[in-house]
This record gives sequence, structure tokens and C-alpha cells, in this order.
Amino acid sequence: MASVSLHAVSKSFGTHAVIQGVELQIDDGEFVVFVGPSGCGKSTLLRIVAGLVAPSSGIVAIGGDDVTDVPASRRGVAFVFQSYALYPHMSVARNIGFALETLGMARDAVSQKVLGVARMLKVDHLMDRRPRELSGGQRQRVAIGRALVRQPEIFLFDEPLSNLDSDLRMEMRLEIARLHTELKTTMIYVTHDQSEAMTLADRIVVLNQGRVEQVGTPQQLYHAPDNRFVAGFIGSPRMNFLNVSSRQEGEVAVLTGAGNLSLALTTGDAQSGIAEIGIRPEALRLVAEGEGRIACILERVEDLGHEHFGYCRISDGTVWVIRLPQAPLPDRIGKPAGLDFAGSAVYAFAADGRRVAVGAGHVAEGPQP
Amino acid sequence: MDTATLSRPLRKPSSFHRAKRRIVRGLQIFALLLVLVYTLFPYYWAFVSSTKQGAALYHSALVPALDFTYYRQLIDNPIFMGSLLNSAYVAVCTTFLSLVIGVSAAYALGRIEFPQRRAVLMIVLMISIFPQVVVLSGMFELINWFGLFNRPSALILTYLLSTVPFTTWILTTFIREFPRELEEAAIIDGCSHFRILTKILLPLMGPSLASTGILAFILAWNEFLFALTFTLTDENRTVPVAIGLIAGTSRYEYPFGQIMAASVTVTLPLIAVVLVFQRRIVAGLTAGAVKG
Ligand SMILES: Nc1ncnc2c1ncn2[C@@H]1O[C@H](COP(=O)(O)OP(=O)(O)OP(=O)(O)O)[C@@H](O)[C@H]1O
Ligand SMILES: [Mg+2]
Repeated sequence: MASVSLHAVSKSFGTHAVIQGVELQIDDGEFVVFVGPSGCGKSTLLRIVAGLVAPSSGIVAIGGDDVTDVPASRRGVAFVFQSYALYPHMSVARNIGFALETLGMARDAVSQKVLGVARMLKVDHLMDRRPRELSGGQRQRVAIGRALVRQPEIFLFDEPLSNLDSDLRMEMRLEIARLHTELKTTMIYVTHDQSEAMTLADRIVVLNQGRVEQVGTPQQLYHAPDNRFVAGFIGSPRMNFLNVSSRQEGEVAVLTGAGNLSLALTTGDAQSGIAEIGIRPEALRLVAEGEGRIACILERVEDLGHEHFGYCRISDGTVWVIRLPQAPLPDRIGKPAGLDFAGSAVYAFAADGRRVAVGAGHVAEGPQP
Repeated sequence: MDTATLSRPLRKPSSFHRAKRRIVRGLQIFALLLVLVYTLFPYYWAFVSSTKQGAALYHSALVPALDFTYYRQLIDNPIFMGSLLNSAYVAVCTTFLSLVIGVSAAYALGRIEFPQRRAVLMIVLMISIFPQVVVLSGMFELINWFGLFNRPSALILTYLLSTVPFTTWILTTFIREFPRELEEAAIIDGCSHFRILTKILLPLMGPSLASTGILAFILAWNEFLFALTFTLTDENRTVPVAIGLIAGTSRYEYPFGQIMAASVTVTLPLIAVVLVFQRRIVAGLTAGAVKG
């Protein structure tokens, strides 16, 4: 087991800066998830930790030792690839045991260890098969087994479940969580699946264009995002945003915007420069026309059985998603309605995306139109 | 009217489609037979001719006479048997060396990013575009400097000139398409470059190695011009040259039957090689490595 720390790590491919000055400290035994939009550099950062990609500058340390120039095989890491990357010409048993075989371990010892790992992952009945004769989930288990058998200090997963269907994904997610509780090994996990990130992570690292936007527990990121990017990225369905213009009146910012928005927020300092507000779908309430804080038209309702989403168009064309307690009457669809929300549910952002603190309970009633 | 243009064409009865499928199938088989006859007839003709004696040669009968005198003569001919050995030595060595060089070059060209990579690939291709005749005299000088004139080894050296470019090209393509993650998995598993090559790449390269190897083997086995130029004495000749120089018992007799028998004989090793290796040429070995 080991901690990982990245100090001022950057990576460019030619002129294209993929990772830009990443600072990160991962504790021993922690489960850290990297999330971010496609192409933001998650895989690259993970490969830098693994030693498969050398950083252009910066320091990578594992267990307190500088390993920037240590080859991947000497870092004590195991990597699970998105494509599984099983050796197609070897049996399952040999795939799992290949690393030990490479180390020169005796054949008996290897097969004993392989069997132990295979039992643990429930693939011991498949030992003689080739990877192409396995299902996706079985391949994934074998790939994890190959990582496990070396008893690594750090597990690295690069979107390991994204090739599986949703049932299997949930099952494997539980399995990985169980593995982490049992082994208490440091794990770094890349995904773009919200629920994987929220359920597995001790801490989530949100990456955007090669920079760390925020690091924190899932709850911190959900309830207290640092900026508009994190606010919009964490949470599903995503947060609703609306451009506003703000007028400062002493300690209060009076916000106006589309849909006859009427809102005043206590900001403390003068000149908060709020340019945008965000509200999560679950904080919104559908009310009658003319009531609430924003006027809209209820365009569409999705009934998923256990939950219901409404899509509301506001006068500037923005569509907001609301989570409804139950499906509204059909005759409300296509009609004007109002949206109400508690002032404490409002996230405010400056023009540069920075979040402006508007402490809960500091909400003033706005002017009614 | 709109309805007229929208209405579907009348659906033909099922029997119509069945008949159509049968006709197409028949045509396919006919085309296949045509190609087979076209490719196999010369070889069959050589076989027929090789089993005929004397004047029978000049009747163009299609049935073999099954008289194997010429074959017996060939087996008793030490020069011909020697040339078979020479050919085998030259072809096997050429194949082996061009695969070794081709794999190493392809690994570098397909995996390691260096600025001159494109240039090197182009040069490799350029080497193979010169006709043999152009390089012949230059090669002759080279062979003399190395002191290899009139040795089978000289042929290996010259054949590499033709075989290495195409083995390198084909194998480079293979390695570039080889999933990088497999290699990275091997690196994480602690493999050196050499172990990756021998334990991961080579086993998976079987099909491409077999096909390029067969091509190199055939080229080296059949080559005539270099073999004729760089060997002087009978005991160093390869089979194509030996066949070309088979002489009749008298000046006025053209040893047609013997030549045909020799031609048939030298093709047999090629057929054997292809049959042995074709089982390795099974596509889709890498299937299952990546999601499938
Ligand atoms: N070997 C490489 N050479 C050049 N550019 C590369 C290389 N590897 C990655 N990149 C670029 O770096 C950027 C980040 O790639 P990376 O694979 O880390 O993204 P990612 O966050 O993992 O995306 P995804 O979620 O789609 O997997 C991409 O723009 C990609 O084109
Ligand atoms: Mg990726």
C-alpha cells in the first residue's frame, strides 16, 4: 500500500498541452476517481502515474519516493485497461499468472496463487479458456485477476466497466467496492459514469482540459462545487443554469433574468459580479402560472416509473430539468407554469465561472413583478 | 398521382428468387472453375509432358502417359540433387534472415516515434522498385568485394535486397495495428522489450509471419537472374538455373521431358511449404484481445 503524489505534473504531445500543472495528493488506501469530459486527459494522467507515459515536467512520487524515472514494472502498480488487454493467445490461467511467470516464480507457486485469485473472482471454472471464449464480464474479471495476483501497492483502473451493459456494470461496481474494502489498497479509477464516481470514490478529482478543477468527497463536490464547471459536471440530470444581470444594493445582489426572474441574494461583500445562477433539478418545484420565482412553459414530461422529469422552457430559450414528485396531470403539458425554489438552493457564479458565496439563510425576498 | 409513385413494386414470388439464387451460384462456380483451369493448366501440362517419351511429346494429348523415366533420371543426377539442396539452403536462409530483419525493423518503424520514420519507410519502399537488371552490375562488384562470387551465400545477400523491403512493409503495418494496450499490459507485467517481442508479439504475428515468409521463400526459390549471374560452377547452382542449363544427350536433342520433370519436381517443395504454413494463416487471432 502506498500514497501517491503528483507535483506540478505537465504533459504535452508536441504542442498540444494535455496535462497542465497537476498537483494531487492521494493517501494510502484511498479510492480516488478521476472524472471529466472526454479528452480532458484522465487516461493520460493515469498513465503518468503508472509510468506508461513519462511526464514532460513535474514529479511523481509513490509511497514518498520519487518514481518519475522508475519504469512501470518497478512501481508496484497494476493497471486494468478499458479494452481488458488480455493476451489473446494465452489461457485465462496463464493470463493471470503471466506477471509471476515473468518474475521467475516457480510453476507450482504461480498456479497456486492464480487459483486463489481466480476463486476470489469466480473465474476458476474458466482457467483453460482463451479470452475470446469469454463474455465481457468474465474478461473483465480476468483482467482484474491479472492485476490482483501481483499484490500491487496501487490499482489503476481506466474505465474498466464502460464496455459492459448496465446490469453487469452495477454488479462489477459492487465487486470493485468489495475488493477495495477487503484489500484496502490505494485505487485510482477513471470513469465518466456519474454513479460509479459518486458511489465508489472516497474523493473525486474533476479534470477539465488537463487541469484539476476541484478535488473533494462526492458530497463536497455535489453540495459545494468550486466553480460552474464542477457544478455542471457533477449531478445527473445536470444543474440548470440561467444567465442573469445583477445589481448590487449594499449587501444584497438583485438578480434579474429571463422568465421574470425575481431573486435577491445576500452576498456579504460589495461587487459580487454574479453573472449566472444554477439550481439542481431536485431543488425545483413546479407551481401554478404566475407563482414561484421563474415563469416557464412545461414542455415535456418523462415518466421513468420511480422518478419523473419535467422539461421547462424559459423565455430566453433555456430548458430547465425538474425532478417531480409525481407525474403532473397531462393537461398541464404545453401550458405556462411557474418554478419555485428556496433561495438557499441557488448557486451563483461570476462571469469567469468562479462560484460566488451566497451563504444559506442569507436570502432576501426579491421584488415581485 | 402520389399514390402511384409511392406504391411498392409488385412482390415477385419466392420461386423467382430461389431460381435467381441458384443461377448466381452456378455462375460463381463456373467462374471459380475458369480461374482454376487458368492457373492449374500450365502445371498439369508440364506434368503430362514430363511423363511422355520421345515422339509422344509432340502429340498434344491431355492424358499423362505415366512413364516416370525422366524422374528416375533426375534422382540419379547428382548435379540436379545438389542444386535442390542449394536452393533449399538459399531459400530457407533468405526467409529466416528477412523475417528477423523485417520484424526488428518493423518493430522500430511501427512502434518507436522518430522524426525520420516516414523517410525511412519511403527509402525501404524505394529499394524494392529498381528492376533487378539495374542493380545487377553493382551487386556483382559488391559480391566480388565480399569474396562471395560463385557461392550460394552470395544469393542470400542479393535476395535480401528484394525480400526485406516487403517483409518490413507488411510487418510494419501489422505492428502499427497491434493494440498498444496489450503491449502496455505486458510492460506493467514486467516484460522487457525482448520478452514482449518473443512472448506477446511473435505468437500473435504468426499469420503475418507465415504469409510474408512464404512470399520470401517463393521469391528466393524461383529467382533466376541473380542465380545465373553469381554462380559459375554446376555444384553451386540453384534449381531454376540448373533446369535452364539441362543439356540433352546430343546437340540436336532438346531435353524437353527432363526439363518438365525437373519443373514439376521443384514445385513440390513450394506446395509443401504453403500447405504446412497455411494452417497458421488464420485471421482473427487477435480477436478477443479487445472488446468483441
Ligand atoms: N500518444 C498520444 N499522442 C498524441 N496525443 C495524445 C496521445 N495520447 C493522448 N493524446 C491526446 O491527449 C488528450 C487527452 O487524452 P486522454 O486519453 O487522456 O483523454 P481521456 O480524458 O482519457 O478521454 P476519454 O474519456 O475519451 O478516454 C486527447 O486530446 C488526446 O488526443
Ligand atoms: Mg481515456
